[in-house]
Amino acid sequence: MFDIVRTRWRQKYQTMAWPDGPPPALPARFAGRPRLAAGPVENLRDALAACPTGALDVAEGQGRLDLGKCLFCRACQQACSDGQVSFTTEHQMAARQRQDLVIRPGQDSPAPARHELAARLFSRSLKLRQVSAGGCNACEADCNVLSTLAWDMGRFGIQFVASPRHADGLLITGPVTRNMQLALRKTYDAVPGPKIVIASGACAISGGPYAGHAEQSDGCAAAVPVDLFIPGCPPHPLTILDGLLRFVGRLEERE
Amino acid sequence: MSDFLHVYNAHAFPAADCPQVDFETFRRQVVEAVAGGARLAVLTAQQAASQDSRLIAVLMGLEAERLSVLSCPVGSSYAALTPQCPAAHWFEREIAEQTGIQPAGHPWLKPIRFIPGPQGSAPLPGVADMFGMAGSEVHEVAVGPVHAGVIEPGHFRFQCHGETVYHLEILLGYQHRGVERALRGGPDRRTRHYMETLAGDTTIGHAHTWCRATEALAGTRVPARAQAIRGLAAELERLANHIGDLGALAGDVGFLPTQSYCGRIRGDVLNMTAALCGNRFGRGLLCPGGVAFDVDGPLAEELLRRLERISTDAGGAIELMFRTPSVLARMEGVGALSTETARQIGLVGPAARACGVDIDVRRDQPYSIYRFSHIPVCTWSDGDCFARAYVRWLEIQHSLTFVKEQLRSLPAGAICQPPQPLRAGQMTVAVVEGWRGQIVHLVSTDAAGRFDLYKVVDPSFYNWFGLACVLRGQQISDFPLCNKSFNLSYCGHDL
Ligand code: SF4
Repeated sequence: MFDIVRTRWRQKYQTMAWPDGPPPALPARFAGRPRLAAGPVENLRDALAACPTGALDVAEGQGRLDLGKCLFCRACQQACSDGQVSFTTEHQMAARQRQDLVIRPGQDSPAPARHELAARLFSRSLKLRQVSAGGCNACEADCNVLSTLAWDMGRFGIQFVASPRHADGLLITGPVTRNMQLALRKTYDAVPGPKIVIASGACAISGGPYAGHAEQSDGCAAAVPVDLFIPGCPPHPLTILDGLLRFVGRLEERE
Repeated sequence: MSDFLHVYNAHAFPAADCPQVDFETFRRQVVEAVAGGARLAVLTAQQAASQDSRLIAVLMGLEAERLSVLSCPVGSSYAALTPQCPAAHWFEREIAEQTGIQPAGHPWLKPIRFIPGPQGSAPLPGVADMFGMAGSEVHEVAVGPVHAGVIEPGHFRFQCHGETVYHLEILLGYQHRGVERALRGGPDRRTRHYMETLAGDTTIGHAHTWCRATEALAGTRVPARAQAIRGLAAELERLANHIGDLGALAGDVGFLPTQSYCGRIRGDVLNMTAALCGNRFGRGLLCPGGVAFDVDGPLAEELLRRLERISTDAGGAIELMFRTPSVLARMEGVGALSTETARQIGLVGPAARACGVDIDVRRDQPYSIYRFSHIPVCTWSDGDCFARAYVRWLEIQHSLTFVKEQLRSLPAGAICQPPQPLRAGQMTVAVVEGWRGQIVHLVSTDAAGRFDLYKVVDPSFYNWFGLACVLRGQQISDFPLCNKSFNLSYCGHDL
């Protein structure tokens, strides 16, 4: 017993101050929200060829970047001859609407994530059933991190629960493999209404690196209606928690 | 006298030199070598349009420091190796499922991933001819694919009598996303991402294996500095996962202090990897030819500072657990596997070392930095949950020392040798000791220098059957603990 108390004392208090205090420092080399600068589209040619998922493309005579497909690998940045594509260390990226994930030159402000129904019903208690539907387990790992004492997501009343029957909604990761289609459907049906669905990570939003493979469904939107999109490969825990808090209206949207 | 070709870890050889014998000779030599103490690292079938199908086997431990390769032509069916060589069990089920080639006489032939067969018929996941038990008080417990925690999907079926498990059947494939298929014809701009996401918690492990295979096929030499940084990243990956696993094990026996501390310390280690390359899992750090990010003086200093803190905190949290009698009582003797069984089924990594199987690729088939900086191999003999936990703790301590040494003595020089295109008609086997055990990539190129074979064997592929074995005779309530003591990858298995 004495041993336990002594160890507890040595380990100190470790829960971060955010969102009341500053957010945890992100590494200097972190690839957060990308930024597009206006420029001749010819100069994007090499960047387009380097992009593994087609997240970067050209429409209406200018570049655009789909956060929902992006793996944040920065191959585009390295290949781009005139610096039109760059990456900030901004973590805020989750969005309520799928189309809001598409970034165009000069468009730097994060999209809204607030969900009226969720803000009304779940702002003090949001129970989520996580469904892992393919992918590589990195998204799951960074969801699990939110339950550790550094992040302590429970302080906001947000929790992962064991049964879909106890849940207010699903948090889905993975591109939804063929072998998970039925299980995802059944889990969704088992959640009592009104319910919400969160797609976390490039796989769940667009299929990620597996987009186009016959073995999966290019994300979960084909199977269930999605209320919040959290980009990243995998999304940083701060990106996830920020998205969840804005979703339920616990964090002010930035102008 | 055997016909095997013995090659060093990640050395390329002309694909035409891969020795080919008739099936009977192949079968006899593989079975005899494994019976004599060698280990089956790969058994796979290669189907090519231009030629007949062939079986390829890669063995470890037959010849010091080297891997031994043998192949034979195969028709639509052959006499299964599994009855004489249990380590072939999972490989032969994979061959049957992927190619339709039948290993006749296989005692337990059924899908391992539930993928559409060569004829296109798609089996329902989790629906198979299962091993069953009959009797009035026998009952079956079915769990998954969606589990209670935030974990990957898989289906478990327990055959129980009262609380005692007589048999556990593990049905996977829910994470199958077609990576091996998509790799053929590469490399292309997605190859790196397939590698880094074969198993997200083993990003460095698989990326390292891929880089080494690619470098061998292209004839690229990796600068010393890059090798050291790769070693650094590999040991950080081991540290993060082992520390996380010990925390999770503590949680499964209800010892919350260590669970809470280790969960947080694991994050601190991941953040060290993020300091290297921006990503907590090491995405984008390794590239063919070296590494994409350098570690300069101030960063090395900073990492050393953080490491001091992590050593103290991890030591305190983990030793607390191992000093607590109620924790030990819960782990000792639970889920034990004998050295003999571990060898027979071909267990790898810490799970094998916990059974007293003295193997570690870093020492046995040494590569890159581990040829110069040795890490002691840690074994334990009991093969139970305690042993699997304790071996991790021993490995954590050695990895901490190794990372500190590397940070203090990074060699000077470039961090990347620009990669050349892959040479045509080459073959190589790259093996790396990931944190779960050996990662094997068997790769060959066609006449245009594209992958015509890219076989990935994740350590979990070897070890899932080990988990099924340890559950026999255990209480069903011991499953979470036993499962966590292996902590296997679903996606790494399912590919
Ligand atoms: S960072 Fe995103 S947009 Fe750029 S190349 Fe990678 S996936 Fe494409």
